Amino acid sequence: MASVAYSARSSARRRVSRRLGSAGPLTYAVLVVVSLASLFPLYWSFVVASHDNSAVSAYPPVLTPGSELWHNLTRLFDSGEVNVNFWTALINSTIVAGVVTFTVVLFAALAGYAFAKLHFRGRGALLVAVIATMLVPVQLGVIPLYIEMIHFGWVNHLQAVIAPSLVSAFGVFLMRQYIAGSVPDELIDAARVDGCYTLGVFWHVVLPAVRPVAAVLGLLTFMMTWNDFFWPLVVLSPQNPTVQVAVSTLSSGYVEDYALVLTGTFVSILPLLAVFLVLGRHIIGGIMKGAVKG
Amino acid sequence: MAVHAGTRRRGLGIRSRLHRLDAGVSPYLYVAPFFVLFGVFGLFPLGYTAWISLTDRTLLGPATHFVGLDNYVQLIHDSYFWNAVENTLAIWVIATVPQLVIALGLAHLLNTQLRARTLFRMCVILPQVTSLVAVALIFTQLFSRDYGLIKYVLGGVGIGPVDWEAGRLSSWIALSTMVTWRWAGYNALIYLAAMQGIPDELYEAAAIDGAKGWRQFTHITIPMLRPTIIFTVIVSTIGGLQLFTEPYLFEPLKQATGGSARQYQTVVMYLYEKAFAGTQFKFGYAATIGWALFLLIAVVSAINFLIVRRIRSVDA
Repeated sequence: MASVAYSARSSARRRVSRRLGSAGPLTYAVLVVVSLASLFPLYWSFVVASHDNSAVSAYPPVLTPGSELWHNLTRLFDSGEVNVNFWTALINSTIVAGVVTFTVVLFAALAGYAFAKLHFRGRGALLVAVIATMLVPVQLGVIPLYIEMIHFGWVNHLQAVIAPSLVSAFGVFLMRQYIAGSVPDELIDAARVDGCYTLGVFWHVVLPAVRPVAAVLGLLTFMMTWNDFFWPLVVLSPQNPTVQVAVSTLSSGYVEDYALVLTGTFVSILPLLAVFLVLGRHIIGGIMKGAVKG
Repeated sequence: MAVHAGTRRRGLGIRSRLHRLDAGVSPYLYVAPFFVLFGVFGLFPLGYTAWISLTDRTLLGPATHFVGLDNYVQLIHDSYFWNAVENTLAIWVIATVPQLVIALGLAHLLNTQLRARTLFRMCVILPQVTSLVAVALIFTQLFSRDYGLIKYVLGGVGIGPVDWEAGRLSSWIALSTMVTWRWAGYNALIYLAAMQGIPDELYEAAAIDGAKGWRQFTHITIPMLRPTIIFTVIVSTIGGLQLFTEPYLFEPLKQATGGSARQYQTVVMYLYEKAFAGTQFKFGYAATIGWALFLLIAVVSAINFLIVRRIRSVDA
């Protein structure tokens, strides 16, 4: 059986390679231009961040990095000088994105396991309900959500940002698809026969098996949470901000100080750029997989 | 199979009863976190919005009164609201159409035998990793009237200088550029994934019929991508009509009015202005704007769905 599957796969690959035309010089030229257009704004933020403000107004514009990056960084992190505490912001964003990523992956794996492998009344209807929630633009509920946060006493506290993001319908669906397709029933039954409760099966069989998709879901969740802006802006104050709120506060306080604003901007994207450089291919895989299944 | 395991273990008394209890109850416990949290922080607020929109609630106001449909009547006669709707729709169109066309072309180019495939894909998706705030602030600098790089480049070919922020159409174009830059690559990867799933037989048959390159693209690739195109159009509708971060940060003073003449104020900015910016804190009215936006998204999505569904019949 394995050999049949293998030969089918290899013949499919052969056919694909026959169909796909090899890329001509024009294709490469266009892709290089597009790539440069993608890179340039980020490079530009680095260029501005490494000069003082006189370079921003220079004519013709300076396109190479300068030597003022360190100076701009010390200004940025000196909370006596600027209107935000950037260290607090970085720590806050790390806490928020870390907690949210952990719970989204955990709850998605648990629910995905139940939907894929356990039998219970209402399973189909509940799964449809999960998918339906993806179509609801919940952001439109900001006003009542804000009132809720006042009642909880969470306004200006990180839990106000964390709590609404603890679960993700997309995550549940992704996990359900993955577990249904890649965790064999035999393995689960064997663990049952050995006396495992369902939670034991989850811990010993499912969790190790979902590691690849958990990594992808975790990466995407971390990215989205780190970049989230609207709700943190509404519910947090500039005194206790996430990175995005801090950069926004910076930009409203120092409208003409582009060097400072873009230094903050550059620092705010740096952690994700680092993650992306190391794990970029998994992020691409995640987006493409999500597209096919979603 | 789980049933077999159960029967085999029958007669082991308390242990087996525990297992049966476990199998019956635990699935609900595993799916419960999602439903409880979504209910508290997603569904309840959305429903509660409907109630608040029928009141004159403010953040600091002493008491809340039921005012019926007053907020809705006021909204219909609110020229600022309609201005915001117009801006939102215009920016969404100017951003979405080129974005999806670029994405389709890009996916087509990426769907070839390519050296440095992963490198190109990473470059294309990089804007998606960049936060909205960063995109908005970097482009605001690039578009700035006096020292922007874009002014310099356009000046080189004899255009401008343009005060991008001040004009209506010019600000729409600037904001649409930001949206397109951030999302074109993402949509390209989604189209690419779908293109890779199109069976080769279709292309082989078309090749036998003498259809090449462009004709294959319009007669096979595009119609086969229809569900994916519907998906991306819906996603960009839901996202685009809630545009906030880019225009909010495009403003020097960050007061959510969308420029001095409200030339690029979006609906969510107007909601934010009423509820959280300034001193109004008109929660009841802002909730009404929220519901109106929900309706707008539903209507535009439905129209899009009906249009995109016709792709095949137009092409055939």
